[in-house]
Amino acid sequence: MDRILEVNDLHVHFSTYGGTVQAVRGVSFHLNRGETLAIVGESGCGKSVTSNAIMGLIPSPSGKIVNGSILFKGEDLTKFPEKKMRTIRGVDISMIFQDPMTALNPTLTIGTQLMEGLIQHKKVSAKEAEKRAIEMMELVGIPNPKERLKHYPHQFSGGMRQRIVIAIALICEPELLIADEPTTALDVTIQAQILELFGEIQEKTGVSIILITHDLGVVAKIADRIAVMYAGKIIETGTKRDIFYRPQHPYTKGLLHSVPRLDERGELEPIDGTPPDLFSPPIGCPFTARCPLAMEVCNKVYPATSSLSETHQVNCWLQDERAKQLLAAAASK
Amino acid sequence: MFRYILKRLLIALITLWIIVTITFVLMVSVPGSPFNSEQTSNEAIQANLEAHYNLDKPYHIQYLLYLKSIATLDLGPSIKQPSQTVNDLLGRGFPISFELGMVTIIVAVISGILLGILSALRHNGIIDYLAMGFAVLGISIPNFILATFLIQQLAVNLKIFPVATWSSPMHMVLPVIALATGPMAIIARLTRSSMLEVLTQDYIKMARAKGLSPWKITIKHALRNALMPVVTIMGTLLAGILTGTFVIEQIFAIPGMGKYFVESVNQRDYPVIMGTTVFYSAFLIFMLLLVDIAYGILDPRIKLHKKEGGEG
Repeated sequence: MDRILEVNDLHVHFSTYGGTVQAVRGVSFHLNRGETLAIVGESGCGKSVTSNAIMGLIPSPSGKIVNGSILFKGEDLTKFPEKKMRTIRGVDISMIFQDPMTALNPTLTIGTQLMEGLIQHKKVSAKEAEKRAIEMMELVGIPNPKERLKHYPHQFSGGMRQRIVIAIALICEPELLIADEPTTALDVTIQAQILELFGEIQEKTGVSIILITHDLGVVAKIADRIAVMYAGKIIETGTKRDIFYRPQHPYTKGLLHSVPRLDERGELEPIDGTPPDLFSPPIGCPFTARCPLAMEVCNKVYPATSSLSETHQVNCWLQDERAKQLLAAAASK
Repeated sequence: MFRYILKRLLIALITLWIIVTITFVLMVSVPGSPFNSEQTSNEAIQANLEAHYNLDKPYHIQYLLYLKSIATLDLGPSIKQPSQTVNDLLGRGFPISFELGMVTIIVAVISGILLGILSALRHNGIIDYLAMGFAVLGISIPNFILATFLIQQLAVNLKIFPVATWSSPMHMVLPVIALATGPMAIIARLTRSSMLEVLTQDYIKMARAKGLSPWKITIKHALRNALMPVVTIMGTLLAGILTGTFVIEQIFAIPGMGKYFVESVNQRDYPVIMGTTVFYSAFLIFMLLLVDIAYGILDPRIKLHKKEGGEG
């Protein structure tokens, strides 16, 4: 399949007064054309930093991509100067932000905010831009678009605003859309509508989507493949089936167990403990301290990637043959 | 909008009436009168004079007479300069004070905002530190000190600018610098802090994600939002600049309103005191109204009229 994006061994560090935070520590993944990849993980695991790195929006000078490459259609975005990145952002790669209440500028009409990207990048006339803006408003399901263009953000509800944010992201027909927690700030019924909208849009435009989220419910609904992130590393990737039905990493299992289910009674199982401090991340597997099956080796050496199938990869010492044998022996006793 | 302005004008009239009343009370409660200077004149003459200016009447009559004169926009004669009416004095002095005040405000606002933006964009850089250090100096040094320093250095020692008076654009430079530095520093600091806050907002990140140029993001997306606090303090700054001109006019011997105002208080020239106070108050109230209207134009969320409600 055609890979639109390939991230290899990405490292992002932030210098702060307290020291250097290693927010992303060797992340690799790829995205096929037209598919939806979900990056899942708890807050602070580096998923937003990864998406900002792809956009070239790592705040400088405190943040820095220290290693790795981001290949977008074969070209390494980390090598692009800021000026060239500006011709990529909003045109080829767009981003949707978490909170629609703050993502729109309160002092500009939504028409202006919709059209400015288009006018800047595609050099279209104001009239053409307006026509296109109305089309986009229709696509994302905003009634009465022509009139609504003249309105300000405060005249829209949260769900409507998120639709507008999506319309802004899509107006230049990007090939890649990064949605950073697009439904977190919305209430549940609106969430469902927005997720459906993503599906429709992907069907109509064929855009590839990276969905950043901590919400496995959202993932189940629209993702094709899932990457699970923990403490700046991707610890398991696989198709939706792989992750939901055959999770391998204890962290992935823990995540799935801590989601409430309607068809099962009983208490939720939280994952005990907190993620490690990324000022001085552990040299071994970062999940060791919270892992119910941790071994001596986990503390000392980071496990290599094991492939369970063409689509399913995991980094865990439990995949080692010897661990498997011991576990099988223990189970048979 | 029209109804809002009408309402505000009505409130302005009431405010003005209160100011007139307070000024009147203060004036009559200050000891002395225009006619008891050292060269004591004949008592009969004094009585005649007081009768001529209605000063022998009870206070409430004087007060009503005064209200009448304001309502008819005829502020009466000056007691100390009998050949001139208060309207004459205002007509001569105000344009000069207004010119000085306006040039000062324009200089202060433009340079203050530019300095603020520059420091915000170069946050924690050398430009930022220099600009903010300069701003602290500007806020701490009173304008009359700065004025005398400027005269000493630039006019007396270096002879670049004229020492005083008011006749050419060159004469304007020193008083404008002296007056504008304080407000400029305040505006610069305010613009900087509010820019820094706005620049971390999501909609700025979103604008960057659209691939807009930094210039466009700063001007179109950040500045407009960052200017709200600046507009808010414009009212107070205006008052400061207007009263500041009184002192600066004295120092630079500028024939503006300040001279008449200060002299009139010393000489108990009642009609001039009342006239200048009322005139300045009216002007200030009008400027504050303009500021409030500007507020509504800058931020569409602030509604000046209740009729057109937004939809949820």
